[in-house]
Amino acid sequence: MQITMTVNGDSVTRDVEPRVLLVHFLRDVLGLTGTHWGCDTSNCGLCSVLMDGAPVKSCTVLAAMAAGHEIRTVEGLAVGGTLDPVQQGFMEEHGLQCGFCTPGMMLTARALLDKNPDPDEDTIREAISGQICRCTGYATIVRSIQWAAKHPAESSRPEGVPA
Amino acid sequence: MTAVTPLTMTERAANPAAAAEDRPIGFGRLQRKEDPRFIRGKGHYLDDVTLPGMLHGAMLRSPYAHARLISVDTSAALAHPGVHAVITGKDLEGLNLAWAPTLSADVMAILATDKVRFQGQEVAFVVADDRYAARDALELIDVEYDVLPPVVDARRALEPDAPVIRDDLEGRTDNHIFDWEAGDRAATDEVFARADVVVSQDMVYPRVHPAPMETCGAVADYDAVDGKLTLYETTQAPHAHRTLYALVAGIPEHKIRVVAPDIGGGFGNKVGIYPGYVCAVVGSIVTGRPVKWVEDRSENLMSTSFARDYLMHGEIAATRDGRILAVRTNVLADHGAFNATAQPTKYPAGFFHIFTGSYDLEAAHCTVTGVYTNKAPGGVAYACSFRVTEAVYLVERMVDVLAAELEMDPAELRLRNFIRPEQFPYANATGWEYDSGEYETAMRKALDMAGYDELRHEQAQARERGELMGIGIAFFTETVGAGPRKHMDIVGLGMGDGAELRVHPTGKAVVRLSVQTQGQGHETTFAQIVAEELGIPPEDIEVVHGDTDQTPFGLGTYGSRSTPVSGAAVSLVSRKVREKAKLIAGAMLEARPEDLEWEKGRWFVKGDPEQSKTVAEIAMAAHGTVALPEGVEGSLEAQITYDPPNLTFPFGAYICVVDIDPGTGVVKVRRFIAVDDCGTRINPMIIEGQIHGGLADGVGMALMEMIAFDEEGNCLGGSFMDYLIPTAMEVPDWETGHTVTPSPHHPIGAKGVGESATVGSPPAIVNAVVDALQPFGLRHVDMPCTPARVWAAMQGRPEPPV
Repeated sequence: MQITMTVNGDSVTRDVEPRVLLVHFLRDVLGLTGTHWGCDTSNCGLCSVLMDGAPVKSCTVLAAMAAGHEIRTVEGLAVGGTLDPVQQGFMEEHGLQCGFCTPGMMLTARALLDKNPDPDEDTIREAISGQICRCTGYATIVRSIQWAAKHPAESSRPEGVPA
Repeated sequence: MTAVTPLTMTERAANPAAAAEDRPIGFGRLQRKEDPRFIRGKGHYLDDVTLPGMLHGAMLRSPYAHARLISVDTSAALAHPGVHAVITGKDLEGLNLAWAPTLSADVMAILATDKVRFQGQEVAFVVADDRYAARDALELIDVEYDVLPPVVDARRALEPDAPVIRDDLEGRTDNHIFDWEAGDRAATDEVFARADVVVSQDMVYPRVHPAPMETCGAVADYDAVDGKLTLYETTQAPHAHRTLYALVAGIPEHKIRVVAPDIGGGFGNKVGIYPGYVCAVVGSIVTGRPVKWVEDRSENLMSTSFARDYLMHGEIAATRDGRILAVRTNVLADHGAFNATAQPTKYPAGFFHIFTGSYDLEAAHCTVTGVYTNKAPGGVAYACSFRVTEAVYLVERMVDVLAAELEMDPAELRLRNFIRPEQFPYANATGWEYDSGEYETAMRKALDMAGYDELRHEQAQARERGELMGIGIAFFTETVGAGPRKHMDIVGLGMGDGAELRVHPTGKAVVRLSVQTQGQGHETTFAQIVAEELGIPPEDIEVVHGDTDQTPFGLGTYGSRSTPVSGAAVSLVSRKVREKAKLIAGAMLEARPEDLEWEKGRWFVKGDPEQSKTVAEIAMAAHGTVALPEGVEGSLEAQITYDPPNLTFPFGAYICVVDIDPGTGVVKVRRFIAVDDCGTRINPMIIEGQIHGGLADGVGMALMEMIAFDEEGNCLGGSFMDYLIPTAMEVPDWETGHTVTPSPHHPIGAKGVGESATVGSPPAIVNAVVDALQPFGLRHVDMPCTPARVWAAMQGRPEPPV
């Protein structure tokens, strides 16, 4: 079947099997390998991307279900070569080690900050509670998101991607 | 001569290696060099490897824990559109690859030929155009099994009527693997016989799983013309893998290139060679095309290296006034269906004999018996792999059990029995030589940070209100950095590490490592070590690892060995380069080398600091036309293979505060204070990150994680819905501190740190849980302290988990 969606601001149209998962569509069809896969059961959150600005787990979204929607992946976080404050925060506060959960974490953080620019620690922890990190013990991830909240960019959204 | 004037001649200051505060040239907090690619989604992990013409593999696995294989019919699968090959155990038998040696001198099945011996065991491998087609074809393979009774409970494995799991081994009539002991049995028995107080306790360290976020996988690319195999793998030990493939598969070692791309976490899970890797290789040979195989999460949890599964009986002897005299323990070790633990050859229980802990004992003794069961093999993994975790859990629980018996404060009991600073190097009762330690300092620092006295006061008040507040202490000593070749090897391979350092003409450098990062930040840490030794800024140093064609031989990263072994190798190879630079600087300055003095980044003439040459100037001169002294070659590089003289012994004091909901049994970790001492600190930010991660591991093991089995041997922890890993909600903000007691035998005084917190935190948490449950008269509760299990304990039923 043919599907069309917007990915990081660009419209893409592809023929896919109806059963293809969004995570595989992004990785295998579009070559956007920054989105990772980790569990199949929506528990780990590695595959989180933003669909119309809200985090979804792309291992449990069919590519066909994303047709007509706006998808944002880690590759679309930096705007015009400028890092999103969340990306900068993760570097500043050592919010990553192996880097495998990082794209999903950062996108979820971006969605949180878009809704709530100044979240407290409990809110941050709850927001990322659908994501598993095996390396950091989470405290530095919380600090990374707090860093991003304290250093907002003028625009953290690529052109064409709605709030 | 003017031709060699380097571009870097414009010096910034008298000392070119003078660092800005936020940009250390050497040790200090430094943002990681690997982060820019990761935060852009530009990491290159195994599943990101795509080669032209690449096919995809999928593994058919046994649904039974124990069954005889009657037949495997692959015809329907082979006829499925897009399928290129279906490989079975019979096919591998023809290649002499159906069985392969394990890391513990046993053999394991690559694809089953006679029986399946655990649920999830590999039975057949499909190669197809894409991952969907490969998975579809798995459904079309028809396997007939004759189901056999399984051995699930390790305690029953040695019963005379237990089914014999390993009837593939000639003459095998039982499920016994090994008996091993350490320490002096007679001396220990003598101390126990005369002790005022002896307490004993059974405890289980349940089967857990490292569960790195990236599962295991491989991309095999066999070039039939060259006879060369390029194998991309999620491996922590690329060189060891290459040598083993050469020995087992008969492909010459120089024709094998193992590449470990970015690794999405390892924790020991990615040390061993898994059947999927071998099948990807065979698939590539059979089809003539590259083959990718990546396991799914259930496959990872059900079939790859687990950790622990130690059933321990501990005993501790002491005087009535709290002097600990001896510890002894008997362990039943469940090794699963194949003995595949990664342990040094002569230590089948790893470094478990560090169970003497941080205390000055008169005697100690342990026996460990390993048995086969119908469970997944492995036992390598989940920091700390070499059984240090089990050992520390045992002794730290026993000390608390003793404290309860003596009605003594557990902090006071520990302080009274620590090995004293002047006793180092300390020969313990089981044969280790602890390198250095300042235990009391670390303990008192943790007590101060926690506000221990106030916490105890608060607890007393809470108890009066019927609240269940617990304070748990653990003090650990690890033995990491395997290891000296005179003492240890793995499958005959010595455990030294190579390192190669080359300074380019313009003063930039490349250092090649034999160890393999899985998130530890090697590209940063090792650049900082070179920077510290040579004054070259870390950003000017390329760290190459993870490619056997590009790096020197070494045994890889696990057991916290990278800094103790490769860290030493890199500092020493840097010093070799520095010494060579001195000779060339002498020639440049027309001075005798013995008249030169080193300051980070340059050699200068003693008494005349203006007369100096920077490393960059020396590098250009080395490659230029300066007349070199006799015997000095025109380059600035060196290589080394480091054989550590001893292991390193990091230590730490951990304090955990928990609150238990009396109505539900839910344990909440309120605070966690961790004071660690890993000797010299290279990058405090990375160290702290490693500690944090290990503490979260500890919360997982102590409260949530367990790979359980039902009576038929069905794995009950086969997904993240069943195998629970802490999220940000289950862990507190960590309170960390440190002391610095350098290792006397390590070139920069550093000790390993990657597993310290995974080792030290479980006993601290369990001690806190037991402390909270003191009103119920409990002396021990086994992990995992899930709400249901804690609730049962509160009702007087503190059952072991297996």
